[in-house]
Amino acid sequence: MEILVCVKRVPDTAENEIAVNKAGTDIDRDDLVYSVNEWDNYAVEEAIQIRDKVGGTVTVVSVGDDEAEEVVRREMAMGADNGLLLCDDAFTGSDGKGLATILKAAVEKGNFDLILTGAQADDGAGQVGGMLAAMLDWPYASLVNLVEIIDDKKIKVGREIAGGNQEMNEMDLPCVLSIQTGINEPRYVGIRGIRKVASVEIPVKGAADLGLAADAAGKAGAKVDRLDYFVPELGEGAEMLEGSTEEIIEKLVEILKAKGGIK
Amino acid sequence: MAQQIFAYILHKDGVVDDSAQELIVAARKLDPEAAVTAVVGGAGEQLAQACQQAAAIYPEVWKIDNPALAYINAEVIRPMLARIIPAGAITLVPHEHFGMDLAPGLSIKLNAAYLPDVVGFEGVEGGRLRAVREEFSGQVSTHVNCDLSGGAVITVRPGAFQPQEGQAAGGQVVDKSGEAGAAEPRRRYLETVAAEVGDVDITKSEILVSVGRGIEDQDNLELIHELAEAVGGEVSCSRPIVDAKWLEKARQVGTSGQTVKPKVYLALGISGSFQHMGGIKGAPFMVAVNKNPKAPIFQAADVGVVADILEFVPELTEKIKESR
Ligand SMILES: Cc1cc2nc3c(=O)[nH]c(=O)nc-3n(C[C@H](O)[C@H](O)[C@H](O)COP(=O)(O)OP(=O)(O)OC[C@H]3O[C@@H](n4cnc5c(N)ncnc54)[C@H](O)[C@@H]3O)c2cc1C
Repeated sequence: MEILVCVKRVPDTAENEIAVNKAGTDIDRDDLVYSVNEWDNYAVEEAIQIRDKVGGTVTVVSVGDDEAEEVVRREMAMGADNGLLLCDDAFTGSDGKGLATILKAAVEKGNFDLILTGAQADDGAGQVGGMLAAMLDWPYASLVNLVEIIDDKKIKVGREIAGGNQEMNEMDLPCVLSIQTGINEPRYVGIRGIRKVASVEIPVKGAADLGLAADAAGKAGAKVDRLDYFVPELGEGAEMLEGSTEEIIEKLVEILKAKGGIK
Repeated sequence: MAQQIFAYILHKDGVVDDSAQELIVAARKLDPEAAVTAVVGGAGEQLAQACQQAAAIYPEVWKIDNPALAYINAEVIRPMLARIIPAGAITLVPHEHFGMDLAPGLSIKLNAAYLPDVVGFEGVEGGRLRAVREEFSGQVSTHVNCDLSGGAVITVRPGAFQPQEGQAAGGQVVDKSGEAGAAEPRRRYLETVAAEVGDVDITKSEILVSVGRGIEDQDNLELIHELAEAVGGEVSCSRPIVDAKWLEKARQVGTSGQTVKPKVYLALGISGSFQHMGGIKGAPFMVAVNKNPKAPIFQAADVGVVADILEFVPELTEKIKESR
């Protein structure tokens, strides 16, 4: 099975508070800690487990700037066989469709049976996998939390639906899946793994290498574009308890008693 | 503007989803003048019932009746929708597990723009729609511009557009099954596997002590169990705690977990993503403890405390025990 996994470098929300910069043009990127998008980590782990079961290779691809190389390398340290970075000034300002267009060009240069993406990333859009599948005219399943390989033509997938229920499907290969968290336990990447791939060459491809026209992606081709970032006008919100910890706790215990929060 | 707007209607066992009411509110917000058409796919008697309900909300309902849609499968219905939705139209779809499956690919098939997970519309100017989205799980918002000239597929966040008092639409149902055509599904529905029931039913609990990623480590969960015991409540959690297998799935609150209706909900180290909040019904009295003063959960909570739960929770537990 030849598997391609699409990954994205994103600010790590567990490590940072995300704030808007003064001009409202972007989030405040000074001192942000970046990592691989949480959902993508599960996708790479799943790909590695499939390869270990049925053979084949796992390739990790990212559209991004030079710094995206670090997440490709990290996922290779997890156990992916190949890395690929799609990087070009012409890609800047791409919308979801632009990103899918870039990825499609890379897919067509390979010979993949299965493409995995994360269910969503930092922008919460969850769009690239479904768009890529439609462009390739391959079947798609989103929010996948189980994959079983039947043979080289078919797989069985479980999709997460409301209330924690799971929808089982049989799907033809090649296909695209977006992977939901919880499908597996992504392995820990130790310093040894990182060292092993530290000097591996990661190929970088731009628009010309992929045979993409200058306006196929990037700002020029975008139908959707972000105007600004802002912190919404907030409603009333919570009554914030203030004072020393002791005072806060005293108030809180009183409130909890009054509201039936202590039986 | 005179752009046609379609709303994709979800239904189950012949009953239309709440989103049917929300999408028409969204459509009117987008363009007060637009004719809004509901599209309902399915099979047989249940579809007929759903269409009747949709016709009470929408002036026109397009029905796609096909045995292959008896269980709604985005891969089957996507090409059918692409055949009947005219070029340049706007299609609204709920942003939940089915909508996320259907919509991105539909936008490609219709050669339309894709605008996901919208929480607000702020008008159209020069063929461009100005909409509001959230990023980083609601920590920041953005305005986005969407070019409507080639039509658009837009997913709408559940709950973002509050339904208005019912205006009886008395709509007519138009059968589009023939035009929608046949399907050759390359993804075939097999069965639905029901969620595992755990040994605890958090949906019955009046007090929930709910913990999120802020707990940082499995061993720290002990603090939460102690607090739950002290107040006489059950422990529930956000999704990352279940993904890490620190608590069983039956304790997860949210759209892909349990829907709970406690009297009091303590949200400890939970950011307040919409998928988590979507599982909390009946407006419980909510207390949030979070070390980030800007955490979205403080907007939903009644009482908030900015603190590190690892330090705060043990002291709170101690005090509650003392006060008994
Ligand atoms: C289709 C889909 C379905 C989903 N379904 C669900 C669902 O059913 N339920 C659900 O919960 N999620 C669901 N999610 C995931 C959801 O989007 C969020 O990722 C998740 O709810 C975040 O959980 P959290 O608030 O615990 O973690 P985070 O968002 O990481 O927030 C942790 C919070 O803890 C705070 N914190 C950190 N350390 C401390 C400390 N020491 N003391 C105090 N505060 C601290 C941080 O400031 C932060 O606000 C779903 C996602 C998708 C895509």
